[in-house]
Amino acid sequence: MLRRLHSEQPDSFAFTPDNQAWAEAQITKYPEGRQASAIIPLLWRAQEQEGWLTRPAIEAVADMLDLAYIRALEVASFYFMFQLQPVGSVAHIQVCGTTSCMICGAEDLVAVCKDKIAPKAHQLSVDGKFSWEEVECLGSCANAPMAQIGKDYYEDLTAARMGEIIDELAAGTVPTPGPQNGRYASEPLSGLTSLKEFDSGHTKYNASVQLATDIGDTVKRIDGAEVPLLAPWGKANASADASNANEKPAAKVAKAKAKSKADAPVTKNKSKEKQKGTAVPAGTKPTLLSEARDGGADDLKLIKGVGPKLEGVLNGIGVFHYDQIAAWSDNEVAWADQNLVGFKGRVSRDNWVTQAQALARGEETEFSQRAKKDDIYKE
Amino acid sequence: MLADKDRIFTNIYGMHDRTLKGAQARGHWDGTDKLIQKGRDWIVQEMKDSGLRGRGGAGFPTGLKWSFMPKESDGRPSYLVVNADESEPGTCKDREIMRHDPHTLVEGCLIASFAMNANACYIYIRGEYIREKEALQAAIDEAYDAGLVGKNAAGSGWDFEIYLHHGAGAYICGEETALLESLEGKKGMPRMKPPFPAGAGLYGCPTTVNNVESIAVVPTILRRGASWFSGFGRPNNAGTKLFAISGHVNNPCVVEEAMSISFEELIEKHCGGIRGGWDNLKAVIPGGSSVPCVRGEKMKDAIMDFDYLRNDLQSGLGTAAVIVMDQSTDIIKAIWRLSKFYKHESCGQCTPCREGTGWMMRVMDRLVRGEAEVEEIDMLLDVTKQVEGHTICALGDAAAWPIQGLIRNFRDEIEDRIAGKRIAAE
Repeated sequence: MLRRLHSEQPDSFAFTPDNQAWAEAQITKYPEGRQASAIIPLLWRAQEQEGWLTRPAIEAVADMLDLAYIRALEVASFYFMFQLQPVGSVAHIQVCGTTSCMICGAEDLVAVCKDKIAPKAHQLSVDGKFSWEEVECLGSCANAPMAQIGKDYYEDLTAARMGEIIDELAAGTVPTPGPQNGRYASEPLSGLTSLKEFDSGHTKYNASVQLATDIGDTVKRIDGAEVPLLAPWGKANASADASNANEKPAAKVAKAKAKSKADAPVTKNKSKEKQKGTAVPAGTKPTLLSEARDGGADDLKLIKGVGPKLEGVLNGIGVFHYDQIAAWSDNEVAWADQNLVGFKGRVSRDNWVTQAQALARGEETEFSQRAKKDDIYKE
Repeated sequence: MLADKDRIFTNIYGMHDRTLKGAQARGHWDGTDKLIQKGRDWIVQEMKDSGLRGRGGAGFPTGLKWSFMPKESDGRPSYLVVNADESEPGTCKDREIMRHDPHTLVEGCLIASFAMNANACYIYIRGEYIREKEALQAAIDEAYDAGLVGKNAAGSGWDFEIYLHHGAGAYICGEETALLESLEGKKGMPRMKPPFPAGAGLYGCPTTVNNVESIAVVPTILRRGASWFSGFGRPNNAGTKLFAISGHVNNPCVVEEAMSISFEELIEKHCGGIRGGWDNLKAVIPGGSSVPCVRGEKMKDAIMDFDYLRNDLQSGLGTAAVIVMDQSTDIIKAIWRLSKFYKHESCGQCTPCREGTGWMMRVMDRLVRGEAEVEEIDMLLDVTKQVEGHTICALGDAAAWPIQGLIRNFRDEIEDRIAGKRIAAE
């Protein structure tokens, strides 16, 4: 599916202070130098704030993460949750249309959307309040058919209920999400068949719906103040977290960041270790032969990854037989990886040792059988 | 039927206290430090003995997977990555764990990370699960507050950080190497293997990727013993399993049952039977969209486990997402919808998949309408064979199998529709 940036873009983008603090906290989840990992959560936050993902937002996130714009654009256009064009000012409705929902009536829900909102997906309704699209499986199949509106799942829908929900949203109220047919979560509608004794003192709603009603941001464009910001990772002790609970989110992040610097937490050590790890080991030189033993050299081309050229290189340095390669230790493999001019890293990448062990025993590998059958190296 | 006392997920519907206190009351986080002190080798051996096979679809033995991780660090850190990108059509089990029984997962992450010498764990949850993400993060925050994770996690002496990361709506990110690419902030395009993630995964470091359910069952297995777990199900198919039943049953639901339960018992006990009775059953997809469908009459006596469904019915258990279709279903259209799904979700990296999924969908589209030649059925089958096995990841295979299953089981229906169209035209 072709996904392009919208033709009309706003001039600028900036995170709200709370969202900015949230974004900076997210980046601390990843080891130093790996801040690119935070791109999806940050782009998503930008979309939650604006309603859709604008070019200035993509570029602002790229700047924050020290990425080339094209890297961020690549991500924004690859993932389907990023809306690259404006959506309805009240809600964007995503109807699940994949098989489980389809056989339970998703097509009727789409028909309601077409009728009430706009004939085509991603098109704004006349009043600009709504837009809709059919999406692929949303992972709520036991509660089919369903739709995601804003942040929440409306499950066990009927066409009539779908229409009512759109009307209620248009009138400014947010219907309670979750199953619309009286179910609590994904238990059998007719009553529990298991875990009957585990129904004790439960809250009014299941976990998703409870969060939705507590936070109340189902279709809200968020400014970051809705959910208290916690960044508990990388701290020396857990109790610090509790005592900080009343501070302003922004201050907390600053503190968390300062702490993570002061404590030199695991992530930092890791990245240092990592640099060491990537330094290439020199390895030990295996025993080499000056010429093939009596009976002639083995056909090294039966090892997957070795062609005529590489066989020549191997013979050149003194490798003629399967059993030679089969006996290589890890260090010797490392040496070979480094010293095959023009073919660095091939020994471990193609797992020569295991292959050579089989061939030395007179067995066939999948590749050697194929190579012999098709005579692939025949001139 | 599995007794409640043998269920691992005792709060799967969220009707019990969902907080840490409630989880502890149900027996979670009990003696976690003692389990860890028994050592890495003991944990891995118990997992191997338990016979747990990965719950994400492929069914690879979990203990064996863990044993591929390096025993000693070569300077690089190790990572556990939990695949919570639940997007296989029909599958909705991990969602229930994460929102209603999240502490099973958090505790499992700690133990599994320790067993793999990892001090950090990333959970990659699908982007659409916004409330589930909030619920899981709340559980992680609780665990940090209580000192169960973080420095000296749960008093075990092991330092452990757990991070929640989310995606943005790409099915392909459920493939483990695509997930790692996505977690590194790139497009979710699968990597060539080897190197396998255990050698070079996240940030080039040794990594194991496990499904949510595989990790969440770990603490209970270790507490109750490998032999308890392996006591359920037939050999090589051990344990209990979350089944997600959707479609044309009277009461669709998610339920934990023993492996190797018969399909009939599963449907009768928990789902109130097939809509319109057993004679009304047309077809079943027993393991999520990627496995071939099975004719209804073959399913009644089917045993729901990896080996039976694969060997006897040429299908698979997959994620145990059971999609039931009654006689009112247009089976050709149901499979066409899956073809549309795979076309939409192909990442576009390998030509056979990028072009093949679109091509297959367009032919399926004509088969739905009956506007095709009978020879095209074999041509379509031939193309599915050319896509299958010729791509970097298994999405190509997954796109091919439902169509192969359709042709194998419902060829007569496709031919009838083409013939019907002809007659109507004449």
